[in-house]
This record gives sequence, structure tokens and C-alpha cells, in this order.
Amino acid sequence: MIFKAKGGHIGGSLSSVDILTSLFFHVMHYDPANPADPARDRFILSKGHSVEGYYCVLATAGFFPEARLAEYGSFGTMLYGHPTLKVPGVEIPSGSLGHGLPVGVGMALAAQRDGLSHRVFVLMGDGEQGEGSVWEGAMAAAHYQLDHLVGILDNNNLQISGEVDKVMRTASLAEKYASFGWAVREVDGHDLAALNAALESAPWEPGRPSLVLAHTIKGRGASFMENKAGWHHKTPTQEELALAMDELERAAEES
Amino acid sequence: MSAPGISCRHAFSGALLELAREDRNLYAVCSDSRGSVTLDAFAKALPQQFVEAGIAEQDAVGMAAGLAKSGKRVFVCGPACFYAARSLDQVKVDVAYAGSDVKVIGISGGVSYGALGFTHHSLHDLAVMRAFPGLSVFLPCDNYQTAALTRHLATHAGPAYVRLGRGAVADVYDAAHPVAFVPGQAVLLHEGTDCTLIAVGEMVQPALGAARLLEAEGIGVRVLDCWSIKPLDAAAITRAARETGLLFTLEEHSVLGGLGAAVAEVVVQTCPVPMRILGFPDEFAPAGSSAELFQHYGFTPAKVADRIREALAARAKR
Repeated sequence: MIFKAKGGHIGGSLSSVDILTSLFFHVMHYDPANPADPARDRFILSKGHSVEGYYCVLATAGFFPEARLAEYGSFGTMLYGHPTLKVPGVEIPSGSLGHGLPVGVGMALAAQRDGLSHRVFVLMGDGEQGEGSVWEGAMAAAHYQLDHLVGILDNNNLQISGEVDKVMRTASLAEKYASFGWAVREVDGHDLAALNAALESAPWEPGRPSLVLAHTIKGRGASFMENKAGWHHKTPTQEELALAMDELERAAEES
Repeated sequence: MSAPGISCRHAFSGALLELAREDRNLYAVCSDSRGSVTLDAFAKALPQQFVEAGIAEQDAVGMAAGLAKSGKRVFVCGPACFYAARSLDQVKVDVAYAGSDVKVIGISGGVSYGALGFTHHSLHDLAVMRAFPGLSVFLPCDNYQTAALTRHLATHAGPAYVRLGRGAVADVYDAAHPVAFVPGQAVLLHEGTDCTLIAVGEMVQPALGAARLLEAEGIGVRVLDCWSIKPLDAAAITRAARETGLLFTLEEHSVLGGLGAAVAEVVVQTCPVPMRILGFPDEFAPAGSSAELFQHYGFTPAKVADRIREALAARAKR
């Protein structure tokens, strides 16, 4: 998709795709034939730039035909470079960082007041934690005891300008969320079994929102992209694409 | 002109409480602003439909969108100065782009907060809000129109921004002469064929006052209440340009990007005529109450009438 469109956010898509796989194929309850089902679990991609992996997962889950992925980046497509409501399965447009958590708080609050038991999952980036609105949402989630809200942090420690801690030191995000009143667990964000266990079992503490701090690798799966900030939004060459696909296919055969 | 009656924010909160008692999906969200919005009674009577965000406008608007996407019709209410700036990105993305059923109610708009200064003025809100596709923009002028608009918003889906003033205002409308306020339709308040004065919000009263002063001198001023900034009544504006040949706009907003700009955008493309945009100049206003600032900048019946006489005289000379 990114190769053909000559643009996209490949690094973050690869760091978060295992989290999306866990959510959409193991954890969440939804009906792709009825995306507006009031009982569905909600998912918000707050780090909206990791859209390519998200589109692939939505298509595989049956929200729209996989053949349409080829449209990505073409004129007039529903598949913009950030999620929009034109795409079945998307709950809220995103792309401007720091928006997802407050929206997820509103969704979880509505469910709480209506006595509904579905869960709301919000996937954020670690660079995104620089946005103040994230912390407004974090405060409200704990204040309203939204234990059906699950935040997931794709902690790849890289953002567009370099290492997150060198751009703006976040200090301990686990301690920060815990001090705001969240229950926090750290997992290997590429260990599907660990992700499934953590996400399926939330809420872990009654009355507290849950944060899954997922340690991930930007560019995961393509050795030459891994942990390189330059691959935040770089387009691979024909050779690099072939190399990455070869590595991913070999890894898939071995697993 | 009748004596100052009820403020628009009181008219809004009274109507909203009444409507919310009948509709459990109607929600109000505040940002430590329930007192200034006058929603204390709502919060006490309907705690399950009230959400406090604390001093966090971005979170308030984001939460409102999340609630709306879960089937609620949400009025997120607080000072216009903050909702039209601090949380503007949330209004743009979570409300307008998402098509959320959220009504952003900016209270104490314009220079309602007077001497509190530029931090608390919202003289840019119409400019920014009307540039977002899908977001309606309304500015009612009295308690009667505000209550009617609140009833409309509570029964119609879709994103909207409403600016309300803080102080008590004299009635423009009354129940004895019912007016159907339809979005996209300006209201003709005073007929005239020499020129047209288009006003909004608290400027409707001085506009009517100026028209009455000039009427006594044999000058006919058509007055339109353009409460629906978006959708805009392009037909009434074009008709006024064609039939009266000279337009004035009067608004409690910067002269950049507000009602005057919206009207100019129409007439330059349909029926170009001379036009004067009366509003706040592109500067930081001095300290003063809203009444003092209106006086300072000439938004009084006498001073508006002066501007109209000058323009009519200039036209006669040509």
C-alpha cells in the first residue's frame, strides 16, 4: 500500500499491527455486517497515522473487501492517510494527536450511564503523550471510574524527530498513568499471547481504567527498518519492499 | 425598546432543562462552567445527564463527541473565548469532521466579559467556526429567539456552534408575534428601501434603534436579523443589495471574518454594491464593560445612524 501510494507511516503501522491483531481477532466483540451494533466493543486509533495496518486489519476482519486496500492513497478513495468515518468500522476520525482518549472517555461514560458492558479500547503512541489533552482524558477516565475503558500505549520510543526520550522526555509513563488512578500492566507488544491475556482480562481492578503499556519496535518485522526514526513515514524502494516482504514471509513460515 | 429582560444564557439553560426532562439522551457537558452557563439547576435535577469535565475544554469537547457517538445529543457549554480557541481542534475534528451530534454553546461571547480583557473576549469565533464544513453557526439576539433555537437544536441532529451573550438584553421578539426561526433564513425586522442594515446578537437592538431614528428623518433602513450565520440567507442578502443598493453590517465581532465578511462574500458574487462593515477593529480593545466598549466603538443607535447618513451623503454626491 505505502509503496504504491508513495507515502504513509510504515514504522508505526508495523509497531502496532500485533496489538491490532490481538484486538480484532482475539479480544473484541463486533459484527462487521453491522458496524453500528450498540453492543459492539469500540476501538479508537488515536495515533491515526498508523492507518495502513489498521486498514489491513479492518479489511481482514470483514468491514470492507480486501481488494479495496489497493485504492489507498489514490484520488477520491475512502482510504485517506488518516482514518475517517467513510471507512466502515472506524468510530471517529483521527490524525490530530491527543484526541482519542477524551473521545473514548465519552464513549465509556455513555456505556456506564446506560448500564452497557461493552469495552472501549484506545490505541495511543508514546510520542502522542506530549499532547496535554491526553492527560485531561486520563484524569477524567479515573475520575469517572471508567473500568470499561482500556488505553493501549504503543511504546516504540521513536517519533518523527528521533528517540521519544530525546525529543521530550516522558519519564515513566507507567508511573504517570498509575498516579492518575489507572491500573497499569506492561507487556511485550509483539507477544500475541501476552497481549491477548492482558487485553482480554481488563478491567483488572474494579473502578479503574486499564492501561496496557506495550513495548514495541518501530518497523517491526523488517530488520533494516527496526528502531529507525527515519522509517516513521519513509516509502520503501522496490528492493527494500522485496527484502521486507521476504523477511516477513520467512517469519510467518517459522511461526 | 423594552427594558432589559432575561439574558440569553438563562433562556438557554431554562429551555434545555425543560427539554432534557423529556429526553434522557439529552446531555450537558461543562468545564467548571455550570455556574456561568446557569446550568446549576440542570446538574442538580438531572445528574445522570450532566457531565463535569473540570477546567479542560479539549476533554469536554472530545467527551461530548464520544457521548454523541454513543447516541446522546450533547450540549457542551462554557465561555466562547475558550471553546472557540482552546478546544478549536476538537471542534474541527471530533465535532465537525466526525459529524457528531454536538452543540457547542459558547456563552458570554464577544466582549461580554468586558474589562476582563482580551483573554476573555471572543471576537474571532464566527470567523473560525463558519470555516468548518458541516458546522452550523447561530447567534441569537434575545431570550425568545434563544429558547426557540434551543428547542430546534434539541430536536435536530448535527453539529452546531452557538454564541450567547452574558448580560440581560431587551426583547426583540415576543410571544404575541410568533416568528418561525428557520436556519438559513434572516428575519426582516424593519422595512426600508434606502439601505440595509444587517445585524446579529446584541447588535440587533442598536440597529433597530438607528433605523427608527432615521425613519423620523424620512430615511428608510431595512433591518435584517441575520441570526443564522451559517447557513446564511444569501437570497435575502442579495435581494437587499439589489433593492436598496447600500449595505451595512453590524456585529460584536472583529471586522475580519465575521458577519460582514460573510455578507460581502455573497454580494460581491451576486450583486456588488457599496458596503460598510461595522464591528470591532483589528486591535486589542481597551478595558471597559461591554456597554462602554459599544459606546467607544460607536455601536449605539445615534452613532450607527451617523455612519448611515455619511454613507448616504457620499452616495448622493457620486
